Amino acid sequence: MQNLLELKDIGYSYHSLHGETKAIDNISFGVKEGEFVAIVGPSGCGKSTLLSIIAGLLEPESGTITVNNPDGSLHYPRVGYMLQRDHLFEWRSVYKNVILGLEINHTLTEERLEYVNRLLKDYDLYKFKDKRPSELSGGMKQRAALIRTLALDPQLLLLDEPFSALDYQTRLMVSADICSLIRATQKTMIIITHDLAEAISLSDRVIVLSGRPARVKCEVPIKLTLKDASPLAARNAPEFNSYFNQLWEELTSED
Amino acid sequence: MKKHRLRHRQIASCRILIFLFFLILWEVSADLGWIDSFFFSSPSRVTGQIAALLSDRSLFLHVGITLFETILSFLLVFLISLLSATLLWYSTKLSEVLEPYLVILNSLPKSALAPLFIVWLGTGTTTIIMAGISVALFGSIISFYTGFKQCDPEKLTLIYTLGGKKRDAFCKVVLPGSVPILISTTKVNIGLALVGVIIGEFLAARRGLGYLIIYGSQVFKLDLVITSILILCLIAMGFYKSIHVVEHHIKKRIKT
Repeated sequence: MQNLLELKDIGYSYHSLHGETKAIDNISFGVKEGEFVAIVGPSGCGKSTLLSIIAGLLEPESGTITVNNPDGSLHYPRVGYMLQRDHLFEWRSVYKNVILGLEINHTLTEERLEYVNRLLKDYDLYKFKDKRPSELSGGMKQRAALIRTLALDPQLLLLDEPFSALDYQTRLMVSADICSLIRATQKTMIIITHDLAEAISLSDRVIVLSGRPARVKCEVPIKLTLKDASPLAARNAPEFNSYFNQLWEELTSED
Repeated sequence: MKKHRLRHRQIASCRILIFLFFLILWEVSADLGWIDSFFFSSPSRVTGQIAALLSDRSLFLHVGITLFETILSFLLVFLISLLSATLLWYSTKLSEVLEPYLVILNSLPKSALAPLFIVWLGTGTTTIIMAGISVALFGSIISFYTGFKQCDPEKLTLIYTLGGKKRDAFCKVVLPGSVPILISTTKVNIGLALVGVIIGEFLAARRGLGYLIIYGSQVFKLDLVITSILILCLIAMGFYKSIHVVEHHIKKRIKT
């Protein structure tokens, strides 16, 4: 199967008065359609920069991103981006929050709104659509943020440590929950995390980045015997620990 | 709930009692000659003064003029500072260039400008409104702009990831997120506009409460001065209350 996205020698530096800091350097990898890729790396290594480049928010200084859509067209896949915090606006109701993207893109069509309503119902948020975000639990807020992202029907979902603002217990539940929901939509996903267990349990492949400037250290395909089970159960798969140790060694080893 | 209401009533009655106590003390000490009512006036003399102003119909004229000038200055301050702060937010370069100017203009004692306005614009409503605007404007621009800048940059990123432009970021995040700061600045501004208008009327008016105060002090009609000051207190209270009502209304609208 062809890669939906092919990153080749991507490089990016931040410029300041004190000179330039190389954030990422010669990063190449591909992402297949429908694949879940996790990117792990030491904190501050430029993971978020990489994601911003893939999202098109930043222009890479060097390298190229090639697109191979399954239908052969060349347009960049529509990207949905989930940030670390849900950033639901308190001055809007939950419903107004989830249609924010449609509002901005002037695509408040009946078809889109129906889709949003279906998602709200599927994710048990329909009853709460007229509430304020502060009245929702942490998990519900993340679901609302996911609906806001999905409302624009993105082909590629980028998640930048989307669960890091949650406490551990909620985080386990919500990350499993959100990823199952995304699996069901058969979209492609790239998730950044610093939690190795999360990366192994959620993804098909883990890409390990080095410290700044970030380079690809290795790619580890994850094949758990419990793959069909929920991400929570995946943590009990027999291979889980060996993957964990392997990734841990890759992360901590010096080049 | 009941306790809360009781406490509320207690506070209200205490406030009224203090006011009545002050009035009675004032009247009694004037009557008994503890204070000279020529200089300090008294509630009965103030009442008489109000009646006199009512009978020659000048009360409404003076109060009306001051009210009109203050409200107009206030509205202009709000509009101009909203527009300027928006411009500054859009262009970081512009805000960096203008920052020292804003700071200097803000810390300048604006009453120093009033004589200039008189020379430039003559004595009249324009000068007074300029005085009212100048007192509040620069602080207001700085407050609005600071409020806009305090917006969480991740919230702006969110708008951009949803395909929004800078305009969307401003309309969907920056402006609605700054409503509390807009309101609190407005509360300060209405008071400052009143200060500016009174300064203007001191120097360049034939009508208005500021004129009454300055005229009264020049001809030693201190009853007139104190009556005007008391009316000013009422006006200030009225402004505060009306902004409070508007604030309540906006908060309720945002909530639904």
